Amino acid sequence: MYETKYHRPVSLPQAAKFAADHGDEGKYLAGGMTLIPTMKQRLAAPEALIDLRHVPGLKGIKVEGKSIVIGGGMTHSDVAMSDEIKSVCPGFADLAGLIGDPAVRHMGTVGGSVANFDPAADYPAALLALGATIRTNQREIAADDFFVGLFETALEDGEIVTKIAFEAPDACAYEKFRNPASRYAMCGVFVARRGGDVKVGVTGAGSEGAFHWSEAEQALSSNFAPEAVDGLTMPQDNMMSDIHGSSAYRANLVKVVTKRAVKKALGH
Amino acid sequence: MTDVTITVNGREMKGSVENRTLLVQFLREHLGLTGTHVGCDTSQCGACVVHLDGKAVKSCTMLAVQASGSSVTTIEGIAEGQELHPVQAAFREHHGLQCGYCTPGMIMTAVDMINRHGSSLDEETVREELDGNICRCTGYHNIVKAILSAAGAAQPQAVAAE
Ligand SMILES: Cc1cc2nc3c(=O)[nH]c(=O)nc-3n(C[C@H](O)[C@H](O)[C@H](O)COP(=O)(O)OP(=O)(O)OC[C@H]3O[C@@H](n4cnc5c(N)ncnc54)[C@H](O)[C@@H]3O)c2cc1C
Ligand code: FES
Ligand code: FES
Repeated sequence: MYETKYHRPVSLPQAAKFAADHGDEGKYLAGGMTLIPTMKQRLAAPEALIDLRHVPGLKGIKVEGKSIVIGGGMTHSDVAMSDEIKSVCPGFADLAGLIGDPAVRHMGTVGGSVANFDPAADYPAALLALGATIRTNQREIAADDFFVGLFETALEDGEIVTKIAFEAPDACAYEKFRNPASRYAMCGVFVARRGGDVKVGVTGAGSEGAFHWSEAEQALSSNFAPEAVDGLTMPQDNMMSDIHGSSAYRANLVKVVTKRAVKKALGH
Repeated sequence: MTDVTITVNGREMKGSVENRTLLVQFLREHLGLTGTHVGCDTSQCGACVVHLDGKAVKSCTMLAVQASGSSVTTIEGIAEGQELHPVQAAFREHHGLQCGYCTPGMIMTAVDMINRHGSSLDEETVREELDGNICRCTGYHNIVKAILSAAGAAQPQAVAAE
């Protein structure tokens, strides 16, 4: 790792000021669960780190009725263990509890995961399916517009993910088919049903990161049952292909995992 | 260089570190607390697990400067004088280690797990939560037994060989 400067702001404006001072040579540091390994490999060498862990504006989980607002600095473990989230949207808490291992969950944050948009990150599948809003220190962005492509989001330089917000659906569930070594998703599917409207977010499989599986959304909106997906075929063109699985394998996995997610959602 | 103050095993430690110094390097090289191990250095193996303000974290994936102002507990800090911590004693009792390389991280992970789940721990949860700790020797069986025993939880039912 190259030497770097370290700042510890205690407010959002102060954090943004540090970022502006370093132009695009500084980086926000949240849980560090992605950034520090990347810096060790010298794939990233920021001139300065701006530690967001002491910024109160990124903290807190607020659940009012079905409305859920989670601070960008909340950890995966905060989300997984929140009784409030569990009571109105158990599928989302389950998802957070499946990220990495306990030590990773104690440090890694919602904001860091969303900003990083790893093609196998779990939250993006849920945020797409839930129609979530990503709030920053400058604006609000719909999840559909936020996730742009591989490791690419709508965030501008220096912009901070401060909150994610969504309405709990009538039923939802996350099913994750894990790579047995890394435990990242080979395919993760989040299904959410609101009345007769069903949304399906898929992660881990697509070469451009998480996406909506529109055909399955249509089929499941008319019949919310695993069989509804039977007649569909996931095209292989945009599937990832690597030593862990070919694109044909992943395309099939999307279907299998979607069915399991629907089954789980029916059980909740 | 940045001045850091970290309460390590109850004692306030001060030091001046490069910002890129990892917490595990600070513990091992600056403080001489070599009980915390580095197995992979890539966040996978858990040999470096310590508690930061009471929660298990991987000290190879955290900078010392990030921990400034916090409390850190390492494997050296859990026994009461000559008396082993109950989780340490259970690892000895159940033969939960062979070479011992993974053991400090296993024990710190186990203590955190027991803090969160208490005696409601079951075998499946223990195995699931050991996800981030790799042991090349034991096959995990006795580690799981030791953790369940220390938690005062039910042991796995013996399954007869077919
Ligand atoms: C062993 C291991 C296993 C893992 N397994 C999984 C898994 O199964 N599923 C999964 O989804 N993830 C997994 N992860 C990744 C983990 O979830 C990370 O915590 C997450 O991707 C990044 O969050 P962070 O808070 O650690 O961010 P950091 O690493 O601190 O930052 C990541 C990036 O986001 C930027 N950033 C951070 N916070 C903000 C913010 N609030 N606003 C704007 N930009 C910000 C940083 O500048 C940086 O570029 C794993 C990580 C490890 C080490
Ligand atoms: S040395 Fe930290 S996880 Fe392996
Ligand atoms: S006892 Fe040797 S690695 Fe676990």
